[in-house]
Amino acid sequence: MAEPTSHLRTYGQIAWLWVRAAWQYPTSFVLLAVGNGLITGLDFVGLWIMFSHLRDLAGFTLHEVALLYGSASLALAIADTAIGSVERIGTYIRTGRLDQMMTKPVPLLVQVCADQFTLRRLGRLTQAAVVFGWACTFVDWTPLRVLVAGSMLISGALVFFGLFVGFSCVQFWTTDATEFANAFTYGGATVTQYPLTIFPREVMVGLTFVIPVAFVNWYPCLYLLGRSDPFGSSDLLQFASPLAGVLTMAAALLVWRTGVRHYTSTGS
Amino acid sequence: MLHVAVATRAFRRYSTYRAATLSGIFTNSVFGVIYSYAYLALWDANPTAGGYDARDAVTYVWLGQALLMTIALWGGGTTDDLAERIRTGDVAIDLYRPVGLVGWYLASDLGRAAYHLLTRGFGPTIIGLVVFDIALPGSVLDAAAFAVSLVLAVVVSFAIRFLVASTAFWLLDQSGVKVMSGAFAIFFSGMMLPLVLFPGWLGTLATALPWASYVQVPADIWLGKHRGADLAAALGFQVVWAVVLLAACQGVLRLATRKVVVQGG
Repeated sequence: MAEPTSHLRTYGQIAWLWVRAAWQYPTSFVLLAVGNGLITGLDFVGLWIMFSHLRDLAGFTLHEVALLYGSASLALAIADTAIGSVERIGTYIRTGRLDQMMTKPVPLLVQVCADQFTLRRLGRLTQAAVVFGWACTFVDWTPLRVLVAGSMLISGALVFFGLFVGFSCVQFWTTDATEFANAFTYGGATVTQYPLTIFPREVMVGLTFVIPVAFVNWYPCLYLLGRSDPFGSSDLLQFASPLAGVLTMAAALLVWRTGVRHYTSTGS
Repeated sequence: MLHVAVATRAFRRYSTYRAATLSGIFTNSVFGVIYSYAYLALWDANPTAGGYDARDAVTYVWLGQALLMTIALWGGGTTDDLAERIRTGDVAIDLYRPVGLVGWYLASDLGRAAYHLLTRGFGPTIIGLVVFDIALPGSVLDAAAFAVSLVLAVVVSFAIRFLVASTAFWLLDQSGVKVMSGAFAIFFSGMMLPLVLFPGWLGTLATALPWASYVQVPADIWLGKHRGADLAAALGFQVVWAVVLLAACQGVLRLATRKVVVQGG
């Protein structure tokens, strides 16, 4: 299996190229990283302010919501840093860059994801890690919980990988609908900041089986917090995150292949 | 007349991307639904938080989604064109023209805002009305005041975005400053959380900063929280910031012009 490692290396090389390019504007580079950390940081301040008016939000305390927030934010930040560029695929189609990429001996998805790689998400990554770390100090740790926490972050990132890639593929059919994907990627991330108990049951079912963001943090966090599901779902779901991650990713790759096959150049 | 022509063309330019508009309305609505449930949970636990009731809060959410693109909360809009022209040096040609740069871009941004209001503004508002039964302005006066406040919100936001774009004269690339400015705008406009919930000095500070004119002031007018002299004060607050910031735009432009000449374009 030399192929995946060589793809990873190519990805790394392209990414490093873009980091060096971004560094040509050092002030912007630093401000972008700080700014992105600030956006998510203030987001958490927002939650904090919310809690100054409440004792608990739909049955969950600030520490518990911080755990939900931190883990989802971390998963999103990892996915977004690694492959966030896939959102721009519509632009590549419109400008004809996708055609150029297709002539190169590197898988298209690797090129698209590594293109315009930016470390500005470091700000968000750091901020999410801090909140998650803080929330973790309130968890009663057992070896199994450590394992679930680790798998939660990896599977969460996988789910977001899948959502980013899958929904960006819509642009193969309509090139300027970038924002459509945001409803599911950033929308999904926003949903996961709150305990799902604020939503009606139907929404929770949709977030489990249709857009599986509930597996990013909700189910595994219930296990970490030692709570049973307020909706009464099976406790088995609390361990199902890796499965959800792999399935989402597989579905997304399938959509991607269909999209690429459907693609016809704009000719520009 | 020239500025009207500029605005009309900006309107038409933005209206080219229909799929983008539709997908944007969809996305705004999804976020509207998410925040509505979050706020309903908050106001369910504390029914009088910030002097709002649950219906006020949900209305606030949908107004925020409707205003998001109209006031270009994240930055961008026509000032992005300016930043790009500064980076490439094309701005030297703009400065030759016998038309003020601020007025030109303001007109074009108002055209953009009008388009976004009609689509990205009305779209989510209708969804909010149908799905969450949001409140409408209580009187014709409130509705008219809201309209005025909305225009002022766009002007204040434009002036800040123009200042951000102008940093490209010194930094060549505006993107870092733009993200920073967007972060402040999201937090201090009341987009993330109504400013009425901000405690103590943070609340006082937030309601005094120009970003309050983006969402909090127009939304409070829509909800009928300002009456009589209070209403005049709210609009006056926006006017003061609009004038101060537009003057700052002119000042910065004068400084920058000197720099462009020194550099030779």
